[in-house]
Parts: sequence; structure tokens; C-alpha cells
Amino acid sequence: MPDNTAIRPGIAIRNLVLHYGVHEVLRGISLDIADAEFVCLLGPSGCGKTTLLNAIAGFIFPTAGGIAVNGHEVRGPGAERGVVFQEYALFPWFTVEQNVQYGPRLAGVDRKALNAISDHYLELVGLSDFKRHYPNQLSGGQRQRVAIARALAAKPEILLLDEPFGALDAMTRESLQDELVRIWEAERRTCVFVTHSIGEAVFLAETIIVMQAQPGRIRAIIRNDAPRPRARTSDSYFSMYRKVDEALRDRT
Amino acid sequence: MTPSSTTTARTDVLGARLLGSRQRALLAVASITGVLVFWGVFTSAGWVDRVLLPSPQEVFRSLLDSVRDGSLLRHVAASLLRVLEGFAIALAAAVPLGIAMGVSRVVRGILEPLLELLRPIPPIALIPLAILWFGIDELSKVLIIAYGAFFPILLNTMAGFREVDLVHVRAARALGAKRHHIFRDVVLRSAFPFIVVGARVGMGMAFIVLVAAELIASSAGLGFLISDARYNFRTDQMFLGMAMIGLLGFALNKALLEVERRLLKWKSP
Ligand SMILES: Nc1ncnc2c1ncn2[C@@H]1O[C@H](COP(=O)(O)OP(=O)(O)O)[C@@H](O)[C@H]1O
Ligand SMILES: [Mg+2]
Repeated sequence: MPDNTAIRPGIAIRNLVLHYGVHEVLRGISLDIADAEFVCLLGPSGCGKTTLLNAIAGFIFPTAGGIAVNGHEVRGPGAERGVVFQEYALFPWFTVEQNVQYGPRLAGVDRKALNAISDHYLELVGLSDFKRHYPNQLSGGQRQRVAIARALAAKPEILLLDEPFGALDAMTRESLQDELVRIWEAERRTCVFVTHSIGEAVFLAETIIVMQAQPGRIRAIIRNDAPRPRARTSDSYFSMYRKVDEALRDRT
Repeated sequence: MTPSSTTTARTDVLGARLLGSRQRALLAVASITGVLVFWGVFTSAGWVDRVLLPSPQEVFRSLLDSVRDGSLLRHVAASLLRVLEGFAIALAAAVPLGIAMGVSRVVRGILEPLLELLRPIPPIALIPLAILWFGIDELSKVLIIAYGAFFPILLNTMAGFREVDLVHVRAARALGAKRHHIFRDVVLRSAFPFIVVGARVGMGMAFIVLVAAELIASSAGLGFLISDARYNFRTDQMFLGMAMIGLLGFALNKALLEVERRLLKWKSP
């Protein structure tokens, strides 16, 4: 089979199989995610969404098949793939500013430029006044904003988000969804966003990957071309919601 | 992790309002004064042999005397120096060793059985041997103190390495961190609170061993002050020695708590 994925920008997943011990968690996943696309991985709990995201991040490795990012085989984590975790994963011993500066600092950016970077991204997530705070002085929503700023500040080409708003209350959640869309439009990074909420996927994604469990596999890929800004009460939102809901329920 | 709240009226677990610092200071002064008054009345009433239980005034007088002739300062300085030396040696040995054992399974596998065998032996049991090996002077005492402080620091340091959260390691790696960055910025940072607690427990242990070693064999120090007073039936000096040990221990613990508070600012909301 000729390998024509070698130079394509974006993420190419080919026939991915992943086991935990003898347990087959993912089977036959093949998926192309284009550059600057916003993709949601949607499916019931336990269908392997986190596992797939972790494989793209390079935290775990498939049993068979492969993942290529911009034509390069994934062999471990890298700064070109930023990750936002459900449990925020901020470094509690660093201030907000130090957290955001951590990626660029490792990349060797000098002191003055570091401040400019963290100022820019904290401004982007509306937390400029919290630079000197420690994470445990912030609310859940604020922490996740910092985590997004931290991931973006390392200038990744791809942002991987694992149910980042799952632990937040509904109102905070919606406002962070709005912010994420605004950030995505401003920064144009590829986003792979894991959720088990149909509404969240319909609001955020251009492409919705519907997954099913046991073993985890792709059931449907649904394009969502609804224009932005999207409203959570529009007809197009509801019709897309129904379509995704049917794909999830489809028992065949 | 719960979001922090900035409530002003602090309450205990049952919801009762906590006392302010002024109220607490007032209560502390009242309780200490109460005990002193009771003690004074008890002794001046002549119910006990004054040789066995001196009055607070006598203890106070012996405090003034020993301050005036400089002997108190000499004893305090001798004890403080020993405990700090022993503590510093313990810290310098236990932290790197704890880190090595936390990081490397091989190092851990080699050392853990040995340390588990040594650990139940109270440091005080080693004093006679230490005197034989290292002489009756400073060295034996400092080493025994170091030995006493060593285990709490080591065990806490090792425990700290088990507390590293995988999600922090992953977050760092996804931001471009290499192994040595992860060690410096995640592993050490996660273990640090445990090392600090270990240091404080170790200091408490160092202090216990200090007094024991000084009681057994020394020519200066607060433990010596007490055992020397016994031969002269100077219970007032024994009380003075005990009070000074209490104060010194209290001050060292407070100092370490303050260090802890400053270094671990990120822990308290
Ligand atoms: N570390 C692990 N070891 C063994 N099994 C695991 C591990 N992580 C996840 N699994 C299993 O893999 C399946 C998919 O898990 P996960 O990717 O977390 O699902 P999701 O994120 O969609 O809820 C589940 O059946 C889960 O029990
Ligand atoms: Mg998950």
C-alpha cells in the first residue's frame, strides 16, 4: 500500500489497534484530521476517547497501526501537540504566570519575551489580573483557562483537549466553550476535543467523530458546517443535535 | 481539589467561630499564669519538700544567676550547636539518599532491607557504642543526633517521590520537558512538601536524642545542666534546664514551621 500520508499536514491515523493487557480498547481506527480543523471525539464513557487522545499525544502507544502528525510518526509527547486535561494538571507550585511561561521557557525563550508571551495568553483567556496567583487560589473555570493559556503559549500546532470542561458547572462551561471558539478562530490551531456531550460537540466542532464501545471504534463521522457564531437555540443546532443523537443511538 | 473560598469569619469543623489571635494570646497568658500561681501557692504553703520541688521564684532566681554568670548562654549555645550540626548532617545525607531511593528501584532494593533493620533501633541505644567509637566529645553526640534525625527525613523524602502525579508529568512532557526538566520541575517539586515535613519531624527527633546524649555524657549543654544539678540537689537548676529545653524546642519548631510556610506558600489558599 503506497503511503501517501507522509507529507500531509494534520493528523493521520491508520488502522490503529490498542490493547490494555488482553483488553482490546481500540479497534481499527482510521482517521484524517486536517490542519486547523476543529474535531470532536464523541461517545459514551469507556469507549476509548481518552485512550485515543493519549495515543495522539504520545503518552501511550498502539499495539498496531500508526499515528502521524504532519507526516511524522508519533513516538512520544512533543511541544507541537499541546494537551489540556480534564483535571487541569496545572503545576500547583508555580504561579499562573510561571505555568503559562513553562513551555516557552523550556524552549529557551528569554525573560523579556516570556513576559510578553504570558501577558498575551493570559489576556486572551481574560486572566491578566491573576498572574501572581497560585492555581489553588482560582476557581475551576479559571484554572482551566490557565491550562488553555499554558497549552497555547507553547505554540502547539495541535491542541488536544480531554473533556476539559467536564468538571465545570453548566454556565461556566458554556462561557468557556464560547471562549474556546473565539480562541480557535483567532489562533487557528487544530483542535481535537473529547466530550461525551452531544450539545458540546455540535456547538464546537466542524467534524464530529462518533465512537462506540467494546471495542472502541468509529461509528460515524459527521460534518457540521453550521456557520459561526453558532447559537445554542437555532434550528440548525437542533437538527444537527438530532442527527448526532441518532448516530449515537443507532443499534445496527 | 476544591476551589478556594475567601471567607473572612473562620470557623472550626462544627461551625463555631475560631478565636482571633489576640484572644488566643490572652488565653495562653492566662493558662500559663494560672499554672505559675498554683505552683507558687503550692510550694509556699509548705506542703512539699522544697528540695524536691522548688518554688517558681527560686527557679527564676537561678535563671537570673545563670544569665549573669554566662553559664546559661554557654549551655544553650552548646546544645543548639550540637543539634544544628547533627540536623545538618542528617539533612545532607538523608535528602540525597531519599531522592536516589525514590528515583532508582535498584538503589532502593539494595538499601531498603538494611534501613528496615536499622530503623527499629532507637538512636539512644547507640550512644554507648558511639562513645566507644567516636570518643566522649562532640563527635559522638553530633553523629547520634544526626542518626536520630536521619530516618524521619529519609522516609518522608521517599514518600514524597511516590506522590508524583502522572498527570503533571504528562503535562510537562507535552510542554516539551525532557527527563531532567521533569525531575527538577515536577518530581522534586512534588516531593518537596514531604521533605520539609520530614525535616521538621527529624528536628524533633534530633532534639530528643540531644538531651539523652547530654544526660549520659557531656560537660556542657542543657542536658548536662540537668544531670549536673542532680548531683548537687539543685532542683531549681533542673527546672531551669527543662524549661530552657522546652523553649528551645518550641523555638526551633516554630522556626521550621515558618520556613515551611514560606517555601510552601502555594499550598495554602
Ligand atoms: N490504564 C488502563 N488500564 C487498563 N484499562 C484501561 C486503562 N485506561 C482505560 N482502560 C479501559 O479502556 C477503555 C477505554 O477507556 P477510556 O479511553 O478512558 O474511555 P473514555 O475516555 O471514552 O471514557 C475502558 O474500558 C477502560 O476501562
Ligand atoms: Mg475519558
